[in-house]
Amino acid sequence: MMNALDPHAVLDKAVEATPAPLARRIRGLSDRAIAWLFIAPTIALLLAINIFPLLWTIRLSFTNFRANRPNATVAGVGIDNYVSVLTDPDVWAAMQATAHFLFWTILLQTMLGFTLAYLIDRRFRGHGFWTTVILIPMMLSPAVVGNFWAFLYQPQIGLFNYVVSFFSGIPPSSFEMIGSVKLAPWSIIIVDTWMWTPYVMLICLAGLRSIPNYIYEAAEVDRASRWRQFWSITLPMALPFIMLAVLFRGIENFKMFDMVNLLTSGGPGSTTELASITLKREAFEKWRTGYSSAFAIVLFVTVFGLANIYVKALNRVKNR
Amino acid sequence: MKRPVACASAIAVAAMLAFASAAQAQTKTITLCWAAWDPANALVELSKDFTTKTGIQMKFEFVPWPNFADRFLNELNSKGKLCDLMIGDSQWIGGAAENGQYVKLNDFFAKEGIKMSDFMPATVVGYSEWPKHTPNYWALPAMGDSVGWTYRKDWFNRPEIKSEFKTKYKRDLAPPKTWDEFKQVAEFFQNRTIDGKKVYGAYIFTERGSEGITMGVTNVLYPYGFKYDDPKKPYVMDGFVNSADSVKGLEFYKSLYKCCTSPGLTNAYMQEGLDAFKSGQVAMMMNWFAFFPGLYKDPNVGGDKIGFFINPSEKTKGVQLGGQGISVVAASPNRNEALQYIKWFATPEVQKKWWSLGGYSCLKSVLQDPGFVKSAPFAKEFLESMDMVDDFWAEPSYAQLLLAMQKRVHDYVVADKGTAKEALDLLVADWTKVFKEEGKLK
Repeated sequence: MMNALDPHAVLDKAVEATPAPLARRIRGLSDRAIAWLFIAPTIALLLAINIFPLLWTIRLSFTNFRANRPNATVAGVGIDNYVSVLTDPDVWAAMQATAHFLFWTILLQTMLGFTLAYLIDRRFRGHGFWTTVILIPMMLSPAVVGNFWAFLYQPQIGLFNYVVSFFSGIPPSSFEMIGSVKLAPWSIIIVDTWMWTPYVMLICLAGLRSIPNYIYEAAEVDRASRWRQFWSITLPMALPFIMLAVLFRGIENFKMFDMVNLLTSGGPGSTTELASITLKREAFEKWRTGYSSAFAIVLFVTVFGLANIYVKALNRVKNR
Repeated sequence: MKRPVACASAIAVAAMLAFASAAQAQTKTITLCWAAWDPANALVELSKDFTTKTGIQMKFEFVPWPNFADRFLNELNSKGKLCDLMIGDSQWIGGAAENGQYVKLNDFFAKEGIKMSDFMPATVVGYSEWPKHTPNYWALPAMGDSVGWTYRKDWFNRPEIKSEFKTKYKRDLAPPKTWDEFKQVAEFFQNRTIDGKKVYGAYIFTERGSEGITMGVTNVLYPYGFKYDDPKKPYVMDGFVNSADSVKGLEFYKSLYKCCTSPGLTNAYMQEGLDAFKSGQVAMMMNWFAFFPGLYKDPNVGGDKIGFFINPSEKTKGVQLGGQGISVVAASPNRNEALQYIKWFATPEVQKKWWSLGGYSCLKSVLQDPGFVKSAPFAKEFLESMDMVDDFWAEPSYAQLLLAMQKRVHDYVVADKGTAKEALDLLVADWTKVFKEEGKLK
């Protein structure tokens, strides 16, 4: 049995099993060629499922193509679709809604996530149990979260309004979280923060635990206060991790769709219609494929550009 | 003795297996696609007769209404082979016809002696024809439907409620005939405590994502005088969609939403309405006739407790058409079997049974039967409604037109954005842009 698991024996068997002509051909290949041979399937897959659709989308963005009209003539429209996207007030309204959502979710999740990580890192009794409990929301499906928060926000029977009412004395039926223009943008921020703060916490916790204890011990010897230790050791050393969490959440929330679609459908009116919801409506409900391809490219370039700038900043922080 | 018996048994088993596999090979199965709702269950029951008669097995793909259009329009656009028969929404007919997604049925109808004149004219125009008002048929009218109203008859009949209403409004409390009467009744019931429970005046459609608020607001717009375009100049909408009457109608819908609905009714359509009515929260509910057989059977609010009335009038009569026609999907590999189903479904006996099971037949011989009006407590209202229906655009670009209206109306009614005139002006601009892109307007 042991012999069967011996890697040398397995290698020998593979060598024996390789037909002689093939073995001769492979022996003639350089290391670089063999490396290419191994990564070729992955590259082929990448080209097929990432690069080709991207190039195809770019091509479609310069046409008037509609996926629901296969028989219609497809004509080139130059940069008309891009002009339409960039001058459409509804697109700008959706971008504003996205920016509002992005800013507040990232701010709240970073602050709460880091605070939770800092507390969990104290290793109090039962911290393992509480870590698991805190992680539960991020394990749920966004569709489930969207649906059950819609019930929680229901002004007549929803638990959320009763909790607010209990602490504030405001009657529970007197306000509507997802029905009010003022509150609806906050309703999606609350749900996203509830769901994804644990994720930020987890990354921050990894950052905090990567700080060697001897640094704190040296600081103790130097009689640095807790406050001083936090500002001079904990925060700077955990910063690359926090920035990484911000990057991940930023990219994710820029393309947020499922949870918000199920919770508010972009309403009331278009108050919570994020860019991805507008894009979906243009692409798969209105079937303006050319226009929506241009919109998708604009979104892609925005997120790609911002992420690149951010990654450069992150590298600078790491190298400091 | 044992050997011959064993041999005979083996031959018998082999013969049985051979026949069974031959029979299986001959058994065809066709798939019918529709929405997941009460009438679909009735259709499953009805279709058992088709299988008995023809030996063709039936499979059903039912998708809940909020995803219905997304799911099946994708299927049609991608030339999918999932559905052989499609009971698609009336507004799909233009797109499905022009994009070659449905089979044109004129020759088949002529060959089988199926006459469109045997069906209610509104349903033929609404569900079968494209272009409208031309004899080009892409579907057989399958499920007649329009918006109607249910009310709590038991509440309306309570002496103390009746007398209070009469004192306040100087008229008897009865199902409203005009929108002004409707608002009075709704205001009267709003926030009233009945049997120890707070109730609300009315339930209306406000859904944002698919078609809900459009299918709701049009029931006020049509009676107020809204027109989709100039009857003399097709697709010219300025002064019709945004006429003074249309503005009044839209303002009225918003006033109803503000005064007389339950809290949280910001994104609600058919199912939420059924939930609200069944749980005894509302005095009057807007919904499709298709749900009324189920509501009448409901143990809590059905029977003597429920009443039905047609959409109130104002300047004129009008109500939103619902319902669907049944079409053969062009990409189906089982076209002949699908056509057999349509032929069977069009027969008067089947149509009669369809109505008795809870489907809404569109066949004149069923609807004009002397006993029809008394055959169900909502049958009279259904007939009256089908005489005053109007439908949304059924253009190939209907989805764009619908989403524009969803946005403009929801923005104004629910999100308090701008005025009714501004909302309708923006709607005219949106629709004009679509028709210009289509080349139907210069």
